[in-house]
Amino acid sequence: MMTRKNSRIALGIGAALSAALVLSACSSGGGDAAVSSDTKASISYAVWDENQVPALKQNIADFNKEYPNIEVKIDVTPWSQYWTKLQTQASSDTLPDVFWMNGPKFQLYAANGQLEPLTPLIDDKKLDPANYPEALNNLYSYDGTQYGVPKDFDTLGLWYNKSILEKAGVEIPTDAWTWEQIHAASKKISDALGSQGIYGMATSLTGGQEGYYNTILQAGGEIISKDGKKSGYDSPEAIKGLQFWTDLIADGSMPTLQQLSDTTPNVWFTSGKSGFFYSGTWSVSELSEAANTKDLNVAPLPKDDRQATVIHGLANVISAKSKNKGAAQAFVTYLGSKEAQVTQAEMGAANPAFNDTQSAFIDSVPHFDLQVFLDAEQYSYPYPVSKNTAAWEQLEKDLLPAAFSGEKPAEEVAKNLATKMNEALAKE
Amino acid sequence: MSAAPKASFRSDGWWPWLFVVPTLLGVLVFYIWPLFQTGYMSFTETGPFGGDTWVGGANYATLIGDENVGLALVNTVVYTAIVLLGVPLAILLASMVNRPGLRFATFYRVLFFMPYIAMPTAVALVWRMIYNGDFGILNWFLALFGITGPYWTSTPGFAIVAVGIVGMWASLGFGIIILSAGLKNIPPDFYEAAQLDGATRWTQFRSITVPLLTPSIFFVTIISVINGFQLFDLLYAIMGQRNPAMQQSQSLVYIFYNQAFINNNKGYAAAIAMLILLVIGIVTWFQFRMQKKWVNYV
Repeated sequence: MMTRKNSRIALGIGAALSAALVLSACSSGGGDAAVSSDTKASISYAVWDENQVPALKQNIADFNKEYPNIEVKIDVTPWSQYWTKLQTQASSDTLPDVFWMNGPKFQLYAANGQLEPLTPLIDDKKLDPANYPEALNNLYSYDGTQYGVPKDFDTLGLWYNKSILEKAGVEIPTDAWTWEQIHAASKKISDALGSQGIYGMATSLTGGQEGYYNTILQAGGEIISKDGKKSGYDSPEAIKGLQFWTDLIADGSMPTLQQLSDTTPNVWFTSGKSGFFYSGTWSVSELSEAANTKDLNVAPLPKDDRQATVIHGLANVISAKSKNKGAAQAFVTYLGSKEAQVTQAEMGAANPAFNDTQSAFIDSVPHFDLQVFLDAEQYSYPYPVSKNTAAWEQLEKDLLPAAFSGEKPAEEVAKNLATKMNEALAKE
Repeated sequence: MSAAPKASFRSDGWWPWLFVVPTLLGVLVFYIWPLFQTGYMSFTETGPFGGDTWVGGANYATLIGDENVGLALVNTVVYTAIVLLGVPLAILLASMVNRPGLRFATFYRVLFFMPYIAMPTAVALVWRMIYNGDFGILNWFLALFGITGPYWTSTPGFAIVAVGIVGMWASLGFGIIILSAGLKNIPPDFYEAAQLDGATRWTQFRSITVPLLTPSIFFVTIISVINGFQLFDLLYAIMGQRNPAMQQSQSLVYIFYNQAFINNNKGYAAAIAMLILLVIGIVTWFQFRMQKKWVNYV
């Protein structure tokens, strides 16, 4: 059975670590030799999304017009193994030359010297951070140095089902909607259509990005302080942001956590069993293929103290131990160019990060108001991260369910979470 | 087994070892050496990308004070106990499947063995649908009798039992195969003699089949316990990390995984791995001690 295989992998870490000692002795830092169209090199590019490979292959083909002798090998590892594999490779100094990075993992790699700074490229004017949303540049900077070239970005919106709203007599949401309005509308739907098993709202509360990070920010709070050293969960604003969801569940406007665990929110929404759904750019392709897609559309998130959404996006980074740094830098520069990002958008791979290149993405599904996601960038806040984000994400997963289910008061849970999160942050 | 003549391999010299070397090398490099490495790591604080500092028994001190570890140990024992309930069931099914003259015997054997070779993720996916609180077939069935079923996989307490039932179901096939082999070794004359003496089928089962099957039962039990204590994939795939009941349903290997790969706390994870090794070691040793009391070798 697979259980045994897992413990074998576990024991394998030991072996991998010992290999690291041997390998670190033979590898040497690559040079920054200038690259030209004659440069001969072979570099690896690690990614996790198979769906984006056709667009990436097109990027590589275009890149090779300028650098015909630099061979780029794409290495796709499924999400579930991507980070485990990357970490093992990092331990043995065999990281791919270029790879995808996300916000929560970024500082871990940057702080441990695994990533190559972009400073020389920015100084030489090959890359201009001003081309990308500022929140993303900040997300991929550590100690004032930028390491990642933003590739794409996600913001959140309020998805709704027109046909359900109509049946329950609820108006189409606008950008002026407040928390009171979304709650009242959700309640009205649950009351009117509850007998058919339809709820007002279904949103994932298992990670913060879809739900509570946004409401905490909207209430004027923060998840983590700007310097990433202190938890923001013990503030009244953060508690209010959590309580929003507790209240929705408590009066039946939203299914319980158990219902949302057995049947995930996207399934409630695409099955026509919920009127509203907080989700991001990444849901566009799924919702455009849903059976009820013509009933669906998106509006800006309702606001409270202020309008807010979390913004996150992937970045391309270079391994500090790459042996072909020059080639890797040339490739990352190309991936960050307007041309490469427009290709990504046109091939429907992602919503590109390069400013003013997103029209292809907006047009990709004409019956959705995708402009909402671009406008959201104006009032967006970076995805909360620290050096070891995963440690306190785990605390959120362990502790917050008791607050949402109403088992314990949100305030008590939030304060406990803040204490434990601060302990975890102190260890970083 | 003990009746075999004493092997005189000492006089054979070194060359028999030559044949063992390829396997031995694999075992040494991939099992024994990492075992010592893990043991060493459990006394260190290991960074996310290697580089360790010696911290003595600090990880073990944390281990003792960690309430999650105690909880995980209880959950793991509960799961293992449920899987063990499958052993008597496997004995019963094995003797039914091996009844002389049974039609479609091979078909039944394949049927029972299927879950064992199916991918745990696929098994989990199917059972998730069965267990679904709102739309699952299990609760639909219970509703026919006016019973409102719980949210099986997302209610603390229920969840580990639900996973245990799947574990039992999935390992039934393995038990049946081993026990079937054991059944074939029972000489048919015993049954003929018993029949002449007027023993019923049930008496035959109780007084001949079960006692003579004890070596196979012992083997199945040992393997089930070892597998049970390594619960991870079924739990992870059926419940998922994002389940509100997950915190209450963690197994030992699950918290090991969390510490090693989520929290980047590899030294502490190594200490948990050593605890798992110790627990399995003690339980297995105890079982071997107890076997004298109930296992009959013919």
